[in-house]
Amino acid sequence: MNKPNERKLTIARAMAEAMQQEMQIDPSVFVMGEDIGALGGVYGNTRGLLDEFGPERIRDTPISETAFIGAAVGAAQDGMRPVVELMFVDFFGVCFDAIYNLMAKNTYFSGGNFKVPMVLMTSTGGGYSDAGQHSQCVYGTFAHLPGMKVVAPSNAYDAKGLMTAAIRDDSPVVYMYHKSLQGMGWLGTEAGATVHVPEETYTVEIGKAKVVRPGKDVTIVSLGMGVHNALKAAAKLEQQGVEAEVIDLVSLVPLDRDTIRASVAKTGRLIVVDEDYMSYGVSGEIIATVTEHDISVLKAAPKRIAFPDVPIPFARVLEQHCLPNPDKIVAAWDEMKAA
Amino acid sequence: MTPTREDQHWMYHNMVTSRRFEEAIAKIYFDGKSPVFNMANGPIPGEMHLSDGQEPVAVGVCAHLNPEDIVTATHRPHHQAIAKGVDLDKMAAEIFGKKTGLSGGRGGHMHIFDADVNFACSGIIAQGMGPAVGAALSRKMQGKPGVAVAFLGEGAVNQGAWHEAMNLAAVWNLPFVCVIEDNSWGISVPKEASTAIANNADRAAAYGIKGMRIEGNDPYAIYEAAGEAIARARAGEGPTLLEVETYRLAGHFMGDAEGYRPEGEKDDLFAKDPIPKMRARMLAEGAATEAELDAIEAESAARVEAAITFARNSEDPAPEDALTAVFA
Ligand SMILES: Cc1ncc(C[n+]2csc(CCOP(=O)(O)OP(=O)(O)O)c2C)c(N)n1
Repeated sequence: MNKPNERKLTIARAMAEAMQQEMQIDPSVFVMGEDIGALGGVYGNTRGLLDEFGPERIRDTPISETAFIGAAVGAAQDGMRPVVELMFVDFFGVCFDAIYNLMAKNTYFSGGNFKVPMVLMTSTGGGYSDAGQHSQCVYGTFAHLPGMKVVAPSNAYDAKGLMTAAIRDDSPVVYMYHKSLQGMGWLGTEAGATVHVPEETYTVEIGKAKVVRPGKDVTIVSLGMGVHNALKAAAKLEQQGVEAEVIDLVSLVPLDRDTIRASVAKTGRLIVVDEDYMSYGVSGEIIATVTEHDISVLKAAPKRIAFPDVPIPFARVLEQHCLPNPDKIVAAWDEMKAA
Repeated sequence: MTPTREDQHWMYHNMVTSRRFEEAIAKIYFDGKSPVFNMANGPIPGEMHLSDGQEPVAVGVCAHLNPEDIVTATHRPHHQAIAKGVDLDKMAAEIFGKKTGLSGGRGGHMHIFDADVNFACSGIIAQGMGPAVGAALSRKMQGKPGVAVAFLGEGAVNQGAWHEAMNLAAVWNLPFVCVIEDNSWGISVPKEASTAIANNADRAAAYGIKGMRIEGNDPYAIYEAAGEAIARARAGEGPTLLEVETYRLAGHFMGDAEGYRPEGEKDDLFAKDPIPKMRARMLAEGAATEAELDAIEAESAARVEAAITFARNSEDPAPEDALTAVFA
């Protein structure tokens, strides 16, 4: 996808650029969160914004997530377009009421009289031994609860377009970025996430999945970091003469069920890769999307590679045992083929 | 209440052990992480929050505690763990993610749990409040001795859980002490930018309990104030809120460029390093001889080296161990 002279950005810079451009054209957009000012965000996604917009619109908050996320709901209902950062998604535990009982429900409760046009951006993911309170994805937890859109970019192009779309959306959007894709060297960034990003503003549609690699033998569905694992697995499968089609969900809510169904109708085989916990989550939902629609398209039982239902352990060997990786995806194909 | 000669030696010993431990961790932490710093690499992966400079708080408080007393700590737990008597070998092994670690490598540096000395910590801000208050309640209900101490950073008092638990401790008159380590920074955000009042001990008034602020990162003053607070808790006279001025000599975590610090701040803080200060005071007041302090320092260094060696030489857990210990 990359041409030699094109500008490439990290996801962190792509997110910052989207916020910057929206703040330039819309005075109602502002950003709140911990360490998003002088530090530029722990993951770099607000870098440079304080210098351009000042502390009135780029607000460092106390460590008071219930207060500032609740406050964002109130500000959004009152005509502002706040972007708030929950530094690690794991911290939702201290402030979920403001998120799922207010942000997600006030539009409905008010019969549409109140809009809550806010973005909750939050980091997800592990793989660097940060243990069980700093490594989770909990995609399914957010996507399960009605009233919030949920997106998860796998690369910088989508990251910018999704952020712009999220800020302009009149509904609350949970924007879940993955630490390993962020472009922060200290988190060992996945190279495939840093791609060409146009300078002009553009949006990426929320609710539309992308076929990022076409194939006819098996459909691999994933999101965020999992897309890169799926692409690596697809490259390995290609050496065995297997053509895997890889779908990047991009958005969990709304979920683009048509794209998934169309792909599996073509390949007859489905592998879902999800860094979130296995049970009651994204992987089950994707499989149900296919099976409840038309089970006859399947030539084999679907497979899922997800984080086992245990808290995320610290030690490298323990965590790596649990995380999805390309080899596990290839192994799933091997089992599927043998079945 | 001044610490006895013996208490002073104990305090100094634990401060030095803690410092040597942090120095050892800091050095090893960068192994495998250069020339490119990637947190995932090296013998100690993940985030690392060091407590250099904050040792006086840990020893001044824990000097009054017994193994049966309860301590909850934060993402920056090593100094308190050492002062509370957590097994240093197993703690080091846990930080290295080894099978012999306190939790077999499941928890790591932000999740140090030692049931033998009733120590626990966690990585979510203010999260230790509820469990400490609950342990105090349990002791009261069971008629068992013991006080519970929650250590927190000054950033934590702006978290809802802090206020809720503080009120609960007060309304139920529990044997609880909240110790706020005010190092004036919550990552990059200075206290005055995040906190509406300068002195968090004033917040005690909101719960009708005693509050006290201790200036100067002074182990003697902390010892005295904590001694009173813990005695009050043991006597059934309810909770106390202490805020202690302290200094974070390290970055928020290892790898932190600390660009947010005003110029010269670090130099000023190092000039106030509490360890040489305590050494000088003990010598000046005749509480210890050079030879005694040298011996303490040598012992601390040897203890830390032994713990690090134990950790390094321990085996990794088996990968499948990840799937065990989820339920009791
Ligand atoms: C609920 C929650 N919000 C945010 C964080 C991220 N975080 C980790 S440490 C920290 C700063 C804590 O400051 P303070 O309580 O003063 O302790 P210190 O780091 O200075 O020891 C923050 C914001 C967290 N761990 N938990």
